[in-house]
Amino acid sequence: MSEIVLSMKGVEKVFGAFRALGPLDLDLRAGERLGIIGPNGSGKTTLINCITGVYRPDRGSIHFQGRDISHIEAHRRARLGISRSFQIPRPFNGMTVLENLLVPLDYCHIDGSKEERARSVLTSVGLAGRISHPSESLSQLELRKLELARALVGDPKVLIADEAMAGLSEGEIDEVLAILLALNRSGVAVIMIEHIMHAVMRFSERIVCFETGRLIASGTSAEIAENPLVRRVYFGE
Amino acid sequence: MRKNSFLFLAAVGIVLVLGFLLPWMVRNPFYFFVGYVVLQYVTIATGWNILGGYAGYINFGAAGFFGSGVYLSAFLFTTLGLPLPLCILAAAIFGAILGVLTGYLTLRIQGVYFAIATLGLVVVLETIVHNISALGGASGMAVYGPRPPAWSPGPSQYNFTVMLIIAVASVALARFVEISWIGRGLRAVKASEDAAECSGVPTLRLKLLACALSGAVLAAAGAPYPFYTSYVEPVTAFSLIIGLNAIAMPLIGGTKSWSGPVLGALLLASVQQIATVTISSELNILFVGLVLIAFVAFAPGGLADLFGRKPSGGAKP
Repeated sequence: MSEIVLSMKGVEKVFGAFRALGPLDLDLRAGERLGIIGPNGSGKTTLINCITGVYRPDRGSIHFQGRDISHIEAHRRARLGISRSFQIPRPFNGMTVLENLLVPLDYCHIDGSKEERARSVLTSVGLAGRISHPSESLSQLELRKLELARALVGDPKVLIADEAMAGLSEGEIDEVLAILLALNRSGVAVIMIEHIMHAVMRFSERIVCFETGRLIASGTSAEIAENPLVRRVYFGE
Repeated sequence: MRKNSFLFLAAVGIVLVLGFLLPWMVRNPFYFFVGYVVLQYVTIATGWNILGGYAGYINFGAAGFFGSGVYLSAFLFTTLGLPLPLCILAAAIFGAILGVLTGYLTLRIQGVYFAIATLGLVVVLETIVHNISALGGASGMAVYGPRPPAWSPGPSQYNFTVMLIIAVASVALARFVEISWIGRGLRAVKASEDAAECSGVPTLRLKLLACALSGAVLAAAGAPYPFYTSYVEPVTAFSLIIGLNAIAMPLIGGTKSWSGPVLGALLLASVQQIATVTISSELNILFVGLVLIAFVAFAPGGLADLFGRKPSGGAKP
């Protein structure tokens, strides 16, 4: 079994009187495909924000490759190899597609030519023909691809895809899934947060389910589909 | 060297040569008196745009930095007898420090709250200067500037050339920021601070750097001012009109590129000077207001966008 790349122990995040997350224990192995599901407000995005450093956990610790990253800034975590896409795409408008990828390359210290690296990643996600276009001109699918490309270009060890398929058609979902699977084959651990169940079921080796900030179930796709707690959360059974 | 950079450097060289030659070719010193103000605003607009244009943090406190440069330069020259270049350098360093301090206190807030906080800076600094007798207090202080060197035919021409050098250096700095990793990072911050941070951009440090550079340029713009007017007092040095122009000029020219503030300042400051001489010194402010409203309503991207110019930092396919 591969080593643990990301480990959370007793992580809690509280906003005023509202406990948004935790206490949570969760590990991610190198090269693993982990799906995270749960209804709106169940703490999925709070979890991502705690992992990436947008939020600092109020309690508990987060270790990445054996190093405690609980209190280091988000940009340092990105440089260490924790990358993410956003639920609502956040392109760097006012820049071209290529420039969008040069931003992380400017700050993440990748060997070799930045522009070549950016072009290669854009080609791999199918945006080669849009390199010199302003990001404002991209379609929804292209914006999703740009988000992924920008997350990938810094050579991450862990990629967190936050609802990367929201609002896409079935064909487009397949395209995004293919990109994520290809990335995973190269050794990157992927955390997929998704409401599109068939996509997360197809993609994930392991799925965890959240409800009101707590992890209520963990298992393979088949186990999760049959889990009574998950069925209660999703179907009220 | 990229073709654009070569052309820019060639243009810088030509402008500087003209700055030294024109005083000997044009006899009427009034043109240099007016030209000084135009160049001062080119510098102010360029300095403001490093934070306001690239990073999107609207700074209403430009007059605070400008006034600090004015007073520090006047004080160092009159009391310590420092030469003008050192006064300018000291003002720039002080502006950078003031920028970092202001940034550290205000950058965690955004939008209108940041703007209000920077506006407060002007009031605070003006009040401080009002109450320091060594700086002349409310009545101000007279400054007898340095004798012009042999390469300049008179004080107006000398001030003009000094301001031209500051303006050119400021524009070169702004262009470097724009096309470098600094500018890309700042534009990413402007688009989405969270996305920038999660892409590895140290957003707070980068914004502090922008505050420092912007503050340095704005304060440097004020450093030769005491020698231009021979007299400084707080109301003029910290005038909100300076802050208004600092915002209006980049907005009119376009904030995405270094050329926007230059274009806006050349245009607006020239028209203001003409209006001041031919109509009234008060009416020129009305003109600024009207032009600003017109651009915000009909051409929010400024002249640069109106004529379809793209930011120079853009990579080619």
